[in-house]
Amino acid sequence: MHAHAAAPWYTDEGRRPGIRGWIFSTNHKRIGILYLVAVLSFFAVAVVLGVLMRIQSLRPEGGFVAPQTYNVLFSVHGIIQIFLVVIPAIPTIFGNFFLPILIGGRDMAFPRLNLFSWWLYMTGAVVVLLSLALGKGPVDTGWTFYVPYSLRTTVNVPLAVFGVFLLGMSSILTGVNIVTTTHQMRAPGMGFFRMPLSVWGLYSTAWVQILATPVIGITLVLIIMERLFGVGVFDPAKGGDPLLYQHLFWIYSHPAVYIMILPAMGIISDLFPVFSRKNIVGYKTVAFSSLAIASVGSLVWGHHMFVSGQSDTASIVFSLLTFLVAVPSAIKVFNWVATLYKGSIKVDPPFLYALGFIALFLIGGLTGLVLGALSPDVHVHDTYFVVGHFHYVIFGGMGFGLFAALHYWFPKMFGKMYNFKFATVAFLVLFVGFNVFYMTMLILGWAGMPRRYYSYLPQFAPLQRISSIGSYIMVGGLAMMFGNLIHGFLRGKKAPDNPWGGATLEWQIPSPPSAENFEEIPTVTGGPYVFSKPEEKD
Amino acid sequence: MESPEHSTGARIGMWLFLLSEILLFGGLFLLYATYRWKHPGDFHAASQELSRLDGTLNTAILLTSSLTMALSIFTLSRERSARSTRRASLFLGATILMGCAFLVVKGFEWAAKFRHGLYPSSPVLLARPPGEILYFGLYFAMTGLHALHVIVGLCVLSTMLALLLRGSVGPERVAPVENAGLYWHLVDIIWIFLFPLFYLIS
Repeated sequence: MHAHAAAPWYTDEGRRPGIRGWIFSTNHKRIGILYLVAVLSFFAVAVVLGVLMRIQSLRPEGGFVAPQTYNVLFSVHGIIQIFLVVIPAIPTIFGNFFLPILIGGRDMAFPRLNLFSWWLYMTGAVVVLLSLALGKGPVDTGWTFYVPYSLRTTVNVPLAVFGVFLLGMSSILTGVNIVTTTHQMRAPGMGFFRMPLSVWGLYSTAWVQILATPVIGITLVLIIMERLFGVGVFDPAKGGDPLLYQHLFWIYSHPAVYIMILPAMGIISDLFPVFSRKNIVGYKTVAFSSLAIASVGSLVWGHHMFVSGQSDTASIVFSLLTFLVAVPSAIKVFNWVATLYKGSIKVDPPFLYALGFIALFLIGGLTGLVLGALSPDVHVHDTYFVVGHFHYVIFGGMGFGLFAALHYWFPKMFGKMYNFKFATVAFLVLFVGFNVFYMTMLILGWAGMPRRYYSYLPQFAPLQRISSIGSYIMVGGLAMMFGNLIHGFLRGKKAPDNPWGGATLEWQIPSPPSAENFEEIPTVTGGPYVFSKPEEKD
Repeated sequence: MESPEHSTGARIGMWLFLLSEILLFGGLFLLYATYRWKHPGDFHAASQELSRLDGTLNTAILLTSSLTMALSIFTLSRERSARSTRRASLFLGATILMGCAFLVVKGFEWAAKFRHGLYPSSPVLLARPPGEILYFGLYFAMTGLHALHVIVGLCVLSTMLALLLRGSVGPERVAPVENAGLYWHLVDIIWIFLFPLFYLIS
């Protein structure tokens, strides 16, 4: 049926040949792949740093790395994972590659700005990496750059912070592009309530990117000003208040958690209907809960500061708002699970990751409520419990959402298919390793193991060892999963145009899509999850 | 001729970007509010040392430059002729000159502060009460960041002037000039807030 289809996007070289056809391409799909390669490379680096920490933690006395090296390890692991991987991943990779296709457009609203964002991202990344090599050693402040320590430490903080500032600018511009694209580039008939829920996820996220990121931008600029000129606004010696730094930092960095998780939730909302062959339960509630999470989630930052000395009134309000965010999050989970009911469920690899997402996100979300409640937080603040909690949310949530998206859209992106059996085994190894690793961390934290310590009391030794072993299993699972995908990319069988029977627009065009996406811009006549009977498919 | 959807898109994008700029300064205004509330007396005392004349002069300059900016866009979109392009270029050139004048006045102001030993971490300043240290810290941070925005704005406007003279923007393609104008107005508006907050404390 696609006998005269245009050449696929990755052979269509456009105006420039070779590598320049990639790094100067303004085609949204090529930019998506540029991000994919960059983000996954940084992910691999940060995973290695994480494993080094878990080797150190095998024995109470450590001995694998020096204490200062351990400080650097957790700082750089955090900075790379948060700013280079988790925040940009889904909006830049899948937002770029699929947003225009999902709404029936040919490209993003601002293709050149899009390319500029990638260059800004790469520049930021290079600056961060340079900061590790230049000056008096790599940053040891943790990813939060808390003052006054970040003002006093001798290591190269200003350059690292400047790199993160550039990454933030890139994120803002991506957000601007996504919001404008969603408003301007929709195909005829593609009303807001006919958009796939993944688009709603990206759209809500983009607003948070635009509104919250500038605040960390200015905070980081102030750190640089403090370091270079000593303006004094965060320096207690000059009357400055470190608590204000924490406020400004978390005004961005808590909403950033929703920048991470919302697009993943959107993709999961796309997967449940497809693999249950049934319309999503409560389309509008799922769509609006994204906006609700984005808006209420922007007002909860103070729950990071219950023990920092903010007023009790503030703590109570922040705690209440934190509990409120759980409502739209839970609404989503109920809708997903209800979608399964009486559905015709097919557990293909993408759906396995979606189910894994729900299990892990549930644990992450509920442990988040333990931390959001005033009195338990005092007990577990700054322990492994916090570390376990946010890895459940960020890795178990956003990470598994990313893996689900990778497995779901892989055949569309590359026109090849990976091995299902191997993907299933890899998922199981990853899932088991993950839980052994982080569940043990939750228990350790509950027992009082503080985070960011390079050594620990002997009574924590058995659980620490189990946690480390879990991390090795998990990394094995990751290696199997990526190995399988790479093998599929190189040697995989040709994928059909619509392997999962999806009803959204990306499945109505060839795999892989042409540079222009659609031969003719489609006219949309129905919702995204209206499935035809199987025999009507070609 | 640009398509209407594209120019709407460009405008939406610009407004979103301006929103993020406002929030960038928002963080600083938050710090200002907190510290002024904590040290009202020190802030008042410190503000007496700023030159109200320079501040007022700069406010007048920047407001007038916003007027010429708006006139430039107005002439471009009212009629399509070589004459309107020429006039718009003149208005744009006047805007750029006034932007430069703003920076010159600002430069003299800063230089005077430095001569009096008032700059971040200076011995003179560190001997003052914390509220005054914070006031001058914020003064340099906020007017400095604002001046940086003026410089960026001047680069953007100069590019627009070059494009206008070359004919790649003009009455047929106003959107880029409009967006540059929006940015310039934002720079102006931020100054409208900085002026009373630093110069007119009573």
